[in-house]
Amino acid sequence: MSYARPHAGVHPVTHLWRKITVTDLGFSSATRVENGKLLIDQGELTALLRSDPIIKDVQLAIARPGDSVRIIPVKDVIEPRLSRIPEYPIFPGVLSAWDPDSDGIPSGEIVSLCGMVVTTVGSIVGFQEGLIDMSGPGARYSLFSGIHHLVLDISVIEGTKRHEHEKSVRLAGFKASDYIARSSLDGPLSSGSLETLNNPTDPGFHGSEISGGRKRVPRIAYLYMLQSQGLLHDTYYCGVDVKKMLPRRIVPTEVLFGAIVSGNCVSACDKNTTYHHQNNPIILDLLRRHGKDWDFVGCVITNENVTLGDKQRSSTLAAELIASLNPDGVIVSKEGFGNPDADLMMNCSKIEAHGIKTVLLTDEFAGQDGASQSLVDSHPNADAIVSTGNANEVIVLPPMEKVIGDDRVITELAGGSSKCRLPDGSVAIELQALIGSTNQLGFERISSRFK
Amino acid sequence: MSDASRNGKYRIVHYVNQFFGGVGGEEKADCEPFTIQGPQGPGRLLEKLFREGNADVEIVATVVCGDSYFVEHQEDVLRELVPLIRGYHPDLVVAGPAFNAGRYGMACGGICSSLQPLGIPAITAMFKENPGVDHYRKTVLIVETANNVSGMEEAVRKMVRLGIKRLRGEEIGFPKAEGCFEQGIRKNYFHAEPACGRAIAMLLRKINGDPFETEYPIPFFDRVDPQPAIADLKGITIALVTSGGIVPTGNPDHIESSSASKYGKYSLEGLETLDARTHQSAHGGYDNTYANDDPNRVLPIDEMRVLEKELGFKQHPWYYATVGNGTSVDNAQKFAKEIAVELIRDGVQAVILTST
Amino acid sequence: MAKEIERAGIPVAHICSIITISQTVGANRIVPAVAIPHPLGNPRLPLEEEKEVRRNLLKKALAALQTPIEEQTVFS
Repeated sequence: MSYARPHAGVHPVTHLWRKITVTDLGFSSATRVENGKLLIDQGELTALLRSDPIIKDVQLAIARPGDSVRIIPVKDVIEPRLSRIPEYPIFPGVLSAWDPDSDGIPSGEIVSLCGMVVTTVGSIVGFQEGLIDMSGPGARYSLFSGIHHLVLDISVIEGTKRHEHEKSVRLAGFKASDYIARSSLDGPLSSGSLETLNNPTDPGFHGSEISGGRKRVPRIAYLYMLQSQGLLHDTYYCGVDVKKMLPRRIVPTEVLFGAIVSGNCVSACDKNTTYHHQNNPIILDLLRRHGKDWDFVGCVITNENVTLGDKQRSSTLAAELIASLNPDGVIVSKEGFGNPDADLMMNCSKIEAHGIKTVLLTDEFAGQDGASQSLVDSHPNADAIVSTGNANEVIVLPPMEKVIGDDRVITELAGGSSKCRLPDGSVAIELQALIGSTNQLGFERISSRFK
Repeated sequence: MSDASRNGKYRIVHYVNQFFGGVGGEEKADCEPFTIQGPQGPGRLLEKLFREGNADVEIVATVVCGDSYFVEHQEDVLRELVPLIRGYHPDLVVAGPAFNAGRYGMACGGICSSLQPLGIPAITAMFKENPGVDHYRKTVLIVETANNVSGMEEAVRKMVRLGIKRLRGEEIGFPKAEGCFEQGIRKNYFHAEPACGRAIAMLLRKINGDPFETEYPIPFFDRVDPQPAIADLKGITIALVTSGGIVPTGNPDHIESSSASKYGKYSLEGLETLDARTHQSAHGGYDNTYANDDPNRVLPIDEMRVLEKELGFKQHPWYYATVGNGTSVDNAQKFAKEIAVELIRDGVQAVILTST
Repeated sequence: MAKEIERAGIPVAHICSIITISQTVGANRIVPAVAIPHPLGNPRLPLEEEKEVRRNLLKKALAALQTPIEEQTVFS
């Protein structure tokens, strides 16, 4: 029998984030970090993953920054992390049971293995999944070209249904990351940077009021929109499919622990990989100057469902939750594109109707010539937008010496076409097909403007 | 790039109107196109400033045409001038500057947009209110100038700066940076700062009431408030308007079957019905058979006459027709505005618009 | 076009087949038509019935013009 923990709101939740950085990857007889290099026991890892009866085979490969390598089609990208809090696991609710509503989030330490990621590939649908180029013109567009990848090329047994296939691949990525973290980060750690992140306290707290007539700092909240449109378009909070969830507050540093994981492989350019969630730069930036340049009053997650009724419901509830935090302004980040533009506009207008100012992060689908309308919906309140680029813009990617995965699908990718292969082996492809290129959490520097 | 076999200079053809071509003022706006060898009028300043900018150019010809003549005979003029200009093998064509002269601006835009698809770089210049700007900005590089001739030197300087880049084959990534009007097209670029930092900075400014600039101006889908309902149909004048292209047989106004550039106004006086002998469909975007067999299926005058007797409203004796196939939003708006003016003047109180 | 005419001060009833586009471009009183090639007709019907279809569509349009509305309304 378990008892409800003391409400997280009573004590501020603090997490210490230790980062161990590796600068190379290799295979060896035991999984460990040695002299800044992560060594992986292929046999042990493969056996672990193949314990899922649906998985037929797993091929491991390594990709390094600067390599002439294309990784395709990418499912997810995950950073291995280890929780040093016994009662709070990594990927809570996914790899082990966790209910955020009966257990509060405990404070403590988390360790990241930085400089490398686990990347899952393997064709499920063959379209709208994306690629990562480790060098060449495509590399500019995503942080993933500057990091080491352990690529898991996963194949499943014949006759596996799509949703089973997706689930197995998804879990394989988390299991692999967890295995690497436990094997290499457990035990005493001598090196690594340490950062303390203090979460906002409960909503009733009215910020750092400064006496003496000095203007108080602005109160900022964050509305975190999550893709939830169905198979290959889903996101999970503590293992729960967010389309089944009502908008809710989270403790911002929950994301470090993988409380939000990606179940979506479509919309390569602007879907959030698990890595993006784990390292959400909006949450991190807001936390780092919380109490100094502003008061970060809280973070609300919400979904992007496919019915008008759901959209109206979620946006009304999200706006009310945000309003209850009493912010001066809100950052809103979107995931995906198309009908989520409608959710974005509803969220924006309903929050602004509470007298709260919004800034929206969104990419654009303005056509290859840039002449089409960038978003499918609009609202006069959406007067402060940060653009993460036109995803339809075409770039030419030269052939790479090595392909990890299967690049025959490249003509099927959204953003590719049957005509996209050029005679010299290059492909002319939209940014849409590059993982993370127009990410709407604001990781990248690409933007768009009127010519 | 110019051929080494020529004297090494860049070849420029300059287009000007009757005034800058030395023919005369407005009274000569109907002068037909002709060519002067070498530079004329502002062309001399153009040549001089190019050379000061270390671009060895020669204005090999100045093409002159009256502003009215151009706009009234545009197709014929272009048919004559485009091959003529090509014959000079220009490396660059410069048109104007047209400042705020509307017909001149339209002519300059027309010349440039006809040459570009043939691989001949062409630039022009005009004032922001010149109708040529909105018409041609998406496809032609138009340098922004002052309102009138007092801004000549500055206009020519900017044209030269832009012209030199075009002569060197440089891509113009952001026209605004080169002193041109924005083309209204989205183009990606790498900002110095990641988007999340920009978002927080923008929010702080917005909260503080400081000015900020959105990175994507939301397009305005305007809605018009519904006009009040008609209380009683008796005595009300109702007009029919159609985008289904129903016109008198033979399409006397030559309304295009697609991308219509005009609309027609036709009489219903004494007509109780339409039929295949008297009317047809000019619309190219749907199977015309049914509309041709019985044009009432798109322009329902037969039943309107029945209801006119039954309900007591008055059928307006004129109807308006255009073809709503690929018609640009701009054109459709323009037609409707003009039609509305006439309808109001004629006392029409309600409209039934039929579309396919 | 419906919007511009209405903006000038004349109420408009728009009879059209693709009503979603009409909704997007902003017409206020919308009446769904029969089909693109024959919005106010049906060649499969005998003439008298077809004329009745046409008459009824026009009556709907006239009713729409006589109906006070606050926002875009489809009269089907």
